[in-house]
Amino acid sequence: MSRYLLRRLLIAIPSLLGISIVLFTVLALAPGDPFGELATNPNVPAEVGAALRAKFGLDDPIALRYLRWLIAMLRGDWGFSFTSRIDVDVLILQRLPTTLFVIGSSQVLALLVALPVGVYAATRPYSIFDQIANTLAFIGFSLPTFFTGLLLILVFSINLGWLPFVFRTDIAATGWHWYWEQFRQSVMPVAVLGLAQGASWTRFVRSAVLDVIRLDHVTTARSKGLAERVVIVKHVVRNALIPVVTLVALSMPAVFGGAIVTEQIFRVPGIGSLLISSILANDTPVIMAVTFVFAGLVILFNLIADILYGWLDPRIAYR
Amino acid sequence: MAGSILASRIASSGVGGAGRRARQPSLALETWRRFRRHRLAVASIGILALMMLAVAFGPFFWRVPINDIDFSAQLTTPSWAHPLGTDDLGQDLLARMLYGGRISLSVGLTAMLVAVIVGTLVGAIAGMSRGGIDMALMWLTDLFLALPQLPVLLLVIYLFRDTLKQMVGSELGVFILIVAVIGAFRWMPVARLVRAQFLSLREKEFVEAARALGATKWRQVVRHILPNSLGPVIVAGTIDVAVAILLESTLSFLGLGFPPDIPTWGRILFDAKDYLDIAPHWALIAGGAIFLAVLSINFIGDGLRDALDPRKVM
Repeated sequence: MSRYLLRRLLIAIPSLLGISIVLFTVLALAPGDPFGELATNPNVPAEVGAALRAKFGLDDPIALRYLRWLIAMLRGDWGFSFTSRIDVDVLILQRLPTTLFVIGSSQVLALLVALPVGVYAATRPYSIFDQIANTLAFIGFSLPTFFTGLLLILVFSINLGWLPFVFRTDIAATGWHWYWEQFRQSVMPVAVLGLAQGASWTRFVRSAVLDVIRLDHVTTARSKGLAERVVIVKHVVRNALIPVVTLVALSMPAVFGGAIVTEQIFRVPGIGSLLISSILANDTPVIMAVTFVFAGLVILFNLIADILYGWLDPRIAYR
Repeated sequence: MAGSILASRIASSGVGGAGRRARQPSLALETWRRFRRHRLAVASIGILALMMLAVAFGPFFWRVPINDIDFSAQLTTPSWAHPLGTDDLGQDLLARMLYGGRISLSVGLTAMLVAVIVGTLVGAIAGMSRGGIDMALMWLTDLFLALPQLPVLLLVIYLFRDTLKQMVGSELGVFILIVAVIGAFRWMPVARLVRAQFLSLREKEFVEAARALGATKWRQVVRHILPNSLGPVIVAGTIDVAVAILLESTLSFLGLGFPPDIPTWGRILFDAKDYLDIAPHWALIAGGAIFLAVLSINFIGDGLRDALDPRKVM
């Protein structure tokens, strides 16, 4: 198992490098120049501008600039935010826990919806339950997250007044009251993100279980007299989860996209809303760093999916 | 897997119902017969056709300008003068929705075309060549799949928006940028599907027969392999239209898509969200239109999957 893990880790490095190349290429191809203003400013002599460019290495070959940028990124030297006036890594570390909390709990919610509904629908294919679940799943993943978010705000915050629609990290309360407030403000963002994801995963789970449920080993398990519950949980679901894990890992980039929108609607102070506000404020170092963090998170979740494979199907780990 | 349950009852009965061998109907007719059994998909075609007709020809009948500011009719609810109500500047929402629908739907269709063409090309090249090229292309595909789409999308738009605006004008520039970028981030599933189809089809007897008859590689691909691998591509392309419409409205909703004077559906929703408490109809109309378009396209995709590709579900 540890050798398998090591191998997966080594495979993750090229993809991280590949992503960094893509990001750097985008940045390098982009028009505009950080010292563009110096060239047009009459107060700055041309040789000062040239010296500055030489000092920061802007005239070096692109491969060298990429290498220098990559080393700086790896050393945690992510630059300085133009608008917030603090280091980018500090800024991101402040925001990251909120994002991880919202994404994490919404994924848990999505799995709690998708697994039971998908498995139950697949054990009774074409039943009324199956048809209703299928239609609801369709509606669920066709509803844009920004629209469901607004609808929830309209119903629960404006009409009923039950839930706050601004997410705050500075709740002035302690103990149980703090948890209660935290719960109240997280319900809507987590529900929007989790239900959208749960809807599409329900379909994955259903079709994966349908593929497994008539295989010979399941019939064997039934014929030797195992309880239906045991057959489903131990023999069907565990095998059906393998393709589901693949699809879940593949849909991680979409989850982060949804998280950006959700954070924007509910004013959750995470890295998604940081990205939007820095784009609107032209804060390039923050934009690059946040994009890189999102890329890193996608790769991290792919690694977790690989570990799950090894647990679900030990044959994969020993190959 | 002889005993496996098909994902959809429609698909199974469609296959079983084609028992009469005497007069074989054409492929298109057979597909349509199977598609017809998915009632929701057929209804969705009607809804989508209605929406397309409305946005294509509606502006010729409803001749209210989209930017006609009228402060005496701010935020009114639907009435005879304004069938869908008005926004905060008193602009007619029906006219704006019809105009925005043109952009939203055409962004969806064009971005899908870009994604399908790029994906088919990459998949076909990877599927026909063995070894190095195939591996490199698949590595590239996996790399793009691992990119966090929306952040990179936002980054690209942030960096290139102003230059393109200067080059070809604000509306067309943003249109080209959004279509290109959405297309560039949606080709991977198509490429994988096409490659998988090519890998299995190129070993089939009918391709071997064509090869034995001396067909060039180009002819094998264009006449024999490609037409037979199009089923899943059509399905994926349909879903891509929905994804592209959603992505465009997401960008507009974040305030980073089309400029404020071009009312796409996402942009209308973005403007409406600050008036949610006093004029909920505004947001509901824009959001409802996006939802209805995406839902019907997804249902059509589902029906097509049943009709073209009975076993595969995803």
